[in-house]
Amino acid sequence: MSAYAIEMRNQLVGLFGIVERNVYLTKRYFLWDIAFMFWTIANTLTIVFIARAADLPQAKENTLALALLVGATIWAFLGIIFEFMTETVAWERWEGTIEYTFMAPLSRLVHLFGQGAFAVLYGLIRAGILFFAVAAFLGLHAPNANYGAAFALLALASISFIGVGIMTSVLPLISPEKGAQLGFVAQGLMLVVSGVYYPVSVMPEWMQWVAKISPATYALRGCRASIVQGAGLEWANVWPLLIIAVLATPIGLAIFKVGERYAKKHGKLKRSG
Amino acid sequence: MSLAPSTIDLASRLDRQAPAVEVRDLRKTFRRRDRNAGRFARKRPWPALDDVTFTIDRGECVAILGQNGSGKSTLVRLLSTLLIDDGGEARVFGHDVDKDAKAIRRLVNRVSVEASFFKKMSAAENLSYAARFYGMTPRQTRTAVPEILGEVGFPAERRGEAMENLSRGMQQKVALARALLTSPVLLLLDEPTTGLDPRSKLEVQEFIRKVRLQHDATILLCTHDMTEAETLADRIGLLDRGRLLFLEPVSDVKRRFGVETLEEAFFAATGREFENEAQDDDDEYREVFA
Repeated sequence: MSAYAIEMRNQLVGLFGIVERNVYLTKRYFLWDIAFMFWTIANTLTIVFIARAADLPQAKENTLALALLVGATIWAFLGIIFEFMTETVAWERWEGTIEYTFMAPLSRLVHLFGQGAFAVLYGLIRAGILFFAVAAFLGLHAPNANYGAAFALLALASISFIGVGIMTSVLPLISPEKGAQLGFVAQGLMLVVSGVYYPVSVMPEWMQWVAKISPATYALRGCRASIVQGAGLEWANVWPLLIIAVLATPIGLAIFKVGERYAKKHGKLKRSG
Repeated sequence: MSLAPSTIDLASRLDRQAPAVEVRDLRKTFRRRDRNAGRFARKRPWPALDDVTFTIDRGECVAILGQNGSGKSTLVRLLSTLLIDDGGEARVFGHDVDKDAKAIRRLVNRVSVEASFFKKMSAAENLSYAARFYGMTPRQTRTAVPEILGEVGFPAERRGEAMENLSRGMQQKVALARALLTSPVLLLLDEPTTGLDPRSKLEVQEFIRKVRLQHDATILLCTHDMTEAETLADRIGLLDRGRLLFLEPVSDVKRRFGVETLEEAFFAATGREFENEAQDDDDEYREVFA
């Protein structure tokens, strides 16, 4: 086997290792996950009940509730990706394994992408449970829903989300104490400008411009159209996501490498305590 | 013991002429606030390593002695590619630690004072996870993990138990197993027995001896335990406030200073008592240099 083939094989095994570790931890923290799921469902219900309070005809109420539910579901999905990515460093620092992971012969792209890949899988499962649990609880109907198109768009958007997540995951590396919190600020800002519960058009013009570079804008718009109106995969949502996906990961990785070098220069690449 | 495939591949490409470790005029400076100057005082440069130069030959076991904050861990972290130096150079088997970090990572592993594991995961899971980064597949770790845990004397019935339920001594054995699982050609031991009870300490030391006998590994042992250094190492160095005062066989050290013990040699070399130093140390200092 050539050196290149061995290296590729080793990196794939490493990627599997990251996913495998997260599976182990998810199993160990399963009860926490159940508790968190209940919290997310309750939180989503508080938002979707707004549709009931709007005093609309039945059909319009159902449409509004579905639109809100899609927003809340994507918020939850994106939240999980950002949490996993932002906590990549913070988590390992807290457990004390950070030095062992960063001195291992695993490429940073594989390391971060492995973390992102698990986050997407885990996030999709949770988002699915959340959507159908809330829809069932409120008796919402989505007779025209095109779940295939919504799923495909979300999968495409996930690549961009991982790329943006890689950018934010560098924050705890640079600032061990405040980095993770800054990551959540970035997540919040992305959702605010992306029209999570409202059309982007209601925001001030400068925010609408910022919305154009957020992958969540296209994911929300496309998923909402697919589930509420049964729309297919629309090119108007696909091409921006493709461009952001192609750009976000290399930019994120470049930012992470600069941050990693800074941390190594200043002695910040070490465990807590 | 199974050798990680990636390591086999790189080990065969090692520069046979190069020493295991070659450090020349190595400098690393951190910035720290003067503890007497108040909370808002400006941070000042504080040398952790000050023009350190030494060589370790292949298969050699070298101990670097020093107090907390003397720069031992900084040295280990530089050789592990976790820090970038401020000057000088460090090479591991001919590879520059900064420019060729990727190659070095295949060759080096370490055991630090803290065992550092995912606490909810078991010993076997933690070892499998670490091994994946070195290209070991589940099929390989299924046999290699129980084998290496058996070698360090870890009870088979506790392999599946969460790390948080294991004693410090047990955790440190798993840490040794983790380091050896990837068959490193350079093993960096950073105070591997600190905080262990006497029995665990002896077991770990015995295992280090066994590793030297059975594996073709070069060992750099950083410790502040003089007896440990004397019994395990071929040569002993003294790192004091970032400066390497000497590095030679223990008999040469004693002859040079005309003393009977390493404690006396420390006093002769630095003008200070070894024991008193440890009490002067504080958490802030340790935080910077750890």
